Amino acid sequence: MYLADRGPTAATAPTDADQGRTDRAAQPGRALRAIPATVLALGTVSLITDVSSEMVTAVLPLYVVAGLGLSPLGFGVLDGVYNGVSGLVRLFGGHLADRGRRHKAVAVAGYGLSALCKPLLLFVHTLPLISGVLALDRTGKGIRTAPRDAMISLASTPENRGRAFGVHRAMDTGGALLGPIVAFLVLGMAADGYDAVFTVSFCIAALGVLVLVLFVPGGRAPAVTAGPAGADAAPAGDGAAAASPPVTLRSALALLRIPDVRRLTVTATLLGLTTVSDAFVYLMVQHRLGISERLFPLLPLGTAFFFLVLAMPLGVLADRVGRRRVFLGGHVALLLAYGLLLMPLHNDALPFVVLALHGTFYAATDGVLPAAAAGAVPAELRASGLALIGTGQALARFCCSIAFGAAWTVIGDQAVLGIAMAGLAVCAGWAAYALRGPETA
Amino acid sequence: MTARTRLITLVVAVAVLGTVAFASVMRASHRAGERDTAQPGGPPISAGAVSLAGAGRMVFRNMAWGPYRDDLVSVPVNDPGGARVAAPVRCLRFYAAAGTGVCLRKEDGPLQETYFASILDSRLRTLHDFPIAGIPTRTRVSPSGHMAAWTVFVGGDSYAGSDFSTRTSIVDTRTWALTPSLETYKIIKEGKPYHAADVNFWGVTFADDGHFYATLATKGQTYLVHGDVAAQTLTTMRTNVECPSLSPDGTRLVFKKRVPGADPDEPWRLYALDLKTMEETPLAESRSVDDQVVWSDEHTVMYGLAGDYGDDLWSVPADGTGKAARVAVAALNPAFIG
Repeated sequence: MYLADRGPTAATAPTDADQGRTDRAAQPGRALRAIPATVLALGTVSLITDVSSEMVTAVLPLYVVAGLGLSPLGFGVLDGVYNGVSGLVRLFGGHLADRGRRHKAVAVAGYGLSALCKPLLLFVHTLPLISGVLALDRTGKGIRTAPRDAMISLASTPENRGRAFGVHRAMDTGGALLGPIVAFLVLGMAADGYDAVFTVSFCIAALGVLVLVLFVPGGRAPAVTAGPAGADAAPAGDGAAAASPPVTLRSALALLRIPDVRRLTVTATLLGLTTVSDAFVYLMVQHRLGISERLFPLLPLGTAFFFLVLAMPLGVLADRVGRRRVFLGGHVALLLAYGLLLMPLHNDALPFVVLALHGTFYAATDGVLPAAAAGAVPAELRASGLALIGTGQALARFCCSIAFGAAWTVIGDQAVLGIAMAGLAVCAGWAAYALRGPETA
Repeated sequence: MTARTRLITLVVAVAVLGTVAFASVMRASHRAGERDTAQPGGPPISAGAVSLAGAGRMVFRNMAWGPYRDDLVSVPVNDPGGARVAAPVRCLRFYAAAGTGVCLRKEDGPLQETYFASILDSRLRTLHDFPIAGIPTRTRVSPSGHMAAWTVFVGGDSYAGSDFSTRTSIVDTRTWALTPSLETYKIIKEGKPYHAADVNFWGVTFADDGHFYATLATKGQTYLVHGDVAAQTLTTMRTNVECPSLSPDGTRLVFKKRVPGADPDEPWRLYALDLKTMEETPLAESRSVDDQVVWSDEHTVMYGLAGDYGDDLWSVPADGTGKAARVAVAALNPAFIG
């Protein structure tokens, strides 16, 4: 970690072009060679934070039902509303980060808010209050996502950005897989020790914030001037923000006037509209492929495993063959998964294949989209731009979930998945057309 | 800050946070250990044989602290607060009828906890284990002892994210034919077939081996449904009925009803429903009850309410008269034997 330690001058200049090279010489191991220390530090923060938050997620149902003796039906009523709010929070976090060029400060606020929610869980014992704390936790997540991704993109060289995001997402997912293990270790040592789980979760989250504060370079990034340095030269097009005027809400919205940003936003949103949410995918796997009740809770682990393993290789591939191509390829994997769910096949390996495709979809899209987007968004509006594209995608996915649930009621699971598959095929075809041509690095 | 100060800060922070984390785990572990010591003034408990046959006994999950915590215990029906006989069978939820028991239990695994529904014979020997996908909440056996049903909470299979749903299973203990989820039954809502992704079922109560009542929830509304095992249908009867429990003579249901204007943390009150006249009568329990009641005879129901050490067992007349009375402390899920 101390490799990230650099002089104050260097640390305040997280621009795309230089940092990767400065850090490279000091990196251990071949595989991680091109990964800037900042990205590894941010990956570590995400890993630690995900251990902390997934610990809570893993025991929460048990805590609510067995620990508090509550009937949790209708627990997620606010969830729908909150999904909309968290999209807006992400835009706000991105804008705030760009405004003072203080990505790190905004990220610290987001991670800090989520960390502070863990001890709050020790004091709330009713469903509305628990939902409130979870909402606050997710507000923290919404605030930090865009500045963190902006820092990843600014710390990596354009030609290695896919790899950088891949490494970050792999570390993030690794933390998510470790969280439940830690939680059940604690419960194994202390029966019904939910308070201990929340306390340990807080300690881990606090460590994450500390690693962020200590090892991720921050300070005010200098205004980026247009130059030949790479992606942060004004992107092709009208270059609305090229001369780094003050960051305002208007300049953030003006990002949509950059053709590449517009295309990526529209594409990600359209594809999001036809991306069936995880919960439905797992339900389909269970209903259509006949997974036993006992294995059902393990299905998300299957997806996460393939996401973890493939995130970096697919990020590297994206750097080689094009991020948009890999992003589209991920959706083809999803299309295949839908197809397998619709086919009247019965094979013991089928659930694994579907989960592998589902994990591939995440590995090929989750980090690759911001890597692709970073090339199109000028550095001084990076967080706003990534937030814009990410929020469009997230809100579209949420709309898809609602529509999917409603349509399931009327026409049944097979028909609605068929429609989603057709929609995804059309959108992917359109995206392939819209995103053709050379991409900005 | 130099690399050295950063590293020192990190090491100090890891030491402090690690100590806090360790102390919290130790404290919780010590507290868990305390629960293995009997509290003074608790009911006397001794190890012995617990049978689901015989007569005049009541079997429930003992929640009193001490070595028999969470074991199944048996007490005389006419002295439910008296000395308890404990058998080394631990269940989160329990029910029994006609010599057949259902024990919904937890097994600790390395990655996560797993749950099983065990069908027990009259001597509490396991006849069959069914893995279940979530946290147990309700279970019932048909009056003949042939059919068993259970409901579990499953986290996170809703499209809205961190929502919970329920899954209710039914098994025929004569053939071990299992219906993993009532969601495969045909729903007839207000006379018409009904499909929805958000249907949830819970709280089965059996009329006989082929028919039962249960709760169906969809679109924010709960319904009393009548189920037919042979036809695999569920027909809605009326709204706002949860966790019905059928009287031994099959003429009345006692259920928990969401009452308007109640505190959102205490939303339910007990009501009786006459199945002939479809008239509802509020019972004389004024507190919110989140349980599927058990009939102790044709006129009285029992249910759990939070006490000092786990749930206490309370009873109230099933016709709206009288008042609630505590029957036993630290006791859950009674079943009446014989």
